[in-house]
Amino acid sequence: MTATVSTISAAITATENLLHYGFMRRALIAALLVGLAAPSVGIFLVQRRLALIGDGLGHIAVTGVALGLVLNRAPVPIALITAVTGAVGVELIRARGEQSAEIALAILFYGGIGGGVVLASQAPSGSRNLTQYLFGSIATTSSGDLTTFAVLAAVVVCTAVVLGGALFSVSNDDEFARASGLPVMRLNLLLAALSAFTVVVSMRIVGVLLVSALMVVPVAAAQLVARSFRSTFVIGLGIGVVVSLSGVIVSFYADTPPGGTIVLFAIGVFAVLLVVVNVGRIVHRR
Amino acid sequence: MSEASVIEVRDGQFGYRGQVAVRAGLQIDAGEFVALLGPNGSGKTTLLKGMLGLVDRLAGAVELFGQPLREFRDRSLIGYVPQRQTAAGPIPVTVRELVRSGRLAHKGLIKRRSRLDDAAVAEAIDAVGLGDKAREPVSTLSGGQQRRALMARALAGGATVLLLDEPLAGVDQANQEALADALGVLVDRDTAVTVVVVLHELGPLEPLVTRAVCLDAGAVRFDGPLATAPAALLHLGHDHDPHGGDPHAGRPNRPRIGLVP
Repeated sequence: MTATVSTISAAITATENLLHYGFMRRALIAALLVGLAAPSVGIFLVQRRLALIGDGLGHIAVTGVALGLVLNRAPVPIALITAVTGAVGVELIRARGEQSAEIALAILFYGGIGGGVVLASQAPSGSRNLTQYLFGSIATTSSGDLTTFAVLAAVVVCTAVVLGGALFSVSNDDEFARASGLPVMRLNLLLAALSAFTVVVSMRIVGVLLVSALMVVPVAAAQLVARSFRSTFVIGLGIGVVVSLSGVIVSFYADTPPGGTIVLFAIGVFAVLLVVVNVGRIVHRR
Repeated sequence: MSEASVIEVRDGQFGYRGQVAVRAGLQIDAGEFVALLGPNGSGKTTLLKGMLGLVDRLAGAVELFGQPLREFRDRSLIGYVPQRQTAAGPIPVTVRELVRSGRLAHKGLIKRRSRLDDAAVAEAIDAVGLGDKAREPVSTLSGGQQRRALMARALAGGATVLLLDEPLAGVDQANQEALADALGVLVDRDTAVTVVVVLHELGPLEPLVTRAVCLDAGAVRFDGPLATAPAALLHLGHDHDPHGGDPHAGRPNRPRIGLVP
């Protein structure tokens, strides 16, 4: 008991220490936003069996980030435009449903990352800065970024809640949704745009190459213990927030990149739940 | 109004990527129970999807309730039950959540769920006999129960026309009968539901079917009362009877038509 109390008070002191730093306050807020936004979109992508599409959008966003570095202007808005354009393009290619669609997507994704790396090498600051956007960095979130992230994350989470029924229907059974007269194409484009927004929200803390993990892994962990779509959504968001915040805190003390730390935490939660659920099943059978 | 046409296909040609898979013209009136029968690849599923605008229409016209398909907005009147081996995806979904998605056409996308919506969902779940499973994840249900859940989803919006694609395929006898019972109740109601069902085998639905549309190689070979359908067309490539006897002999104990041994 005493040990627990002293651990908690140590944690509180440590958090207070963290909050002395302005950059850490901003990093924690950005982590909270991405922790909420990523699983909100991810649940529909996973249900649609498009878990890896966020990864592709991240690749495309790399070009946007690099363009920002070359032009020496705010990379966040430029990445937003690139990611949304890319997401709409991806959805239109997919909707054609042709055999060659997969190859077209691969070319788009690798073109995004290839173009981004080459562009960034021409930036005045060189390509060193690019790494921060690929894998996250706790020291770089500005107040301006936070405003953008907050607006985008609010749009993502509110849309996922308000239009959740329609997004669920389309993700769960696209053909039934079409027969019901739902605007399937528009809903798919909306989901693509929300995914692009999430990629941008992730830029500072998680990094565009790792955001897909935060869209998918908390949801994958939640579905191990949930019995409904709604509870998967709620638990997924909870896991997203917890791993994002704890990832940022640990990366501060351990001096590790926050994106990787957050993703490893999320995978850790998944692994623990997987073991607990399976042990539970074995015990239950006996 | 009992004879009002609910679905009309005029000189329809349907298919995929510009290739015609089926040609058909037919008019389905309110209260009919139409079976689209035929062997694999005969075009029966394509025809059903063509009625809903889910495949390419390469020629002809489709009207629902007297309106051209494209202009028809009251989609909640149409309940579609697609052929699915499973109604479950990677994320757990309860029967109630699945059935609620059938309510969207009626409720609208943004409006909050009302008590009326909840009642309609509960009624649809009860109608297919899954009342005690409403809170269960769909993935824990048997294949037959999952089909019934899909039927409840189609009913939840208040559909007066049901289009079912192979609802009996891969479903055990008990669930086939439960499904037939649920359909039987629907067609016996005062406001009878019109049913169009794609079938491989008539099974326990046989007593309900009022009209058979037999397809082969992408064309309608017979369209009329089930009792007058030529036996050869009802044998559907499953149950080849070398004597070609009366397809209704031995009913009701032995539904011979297309029965998989």
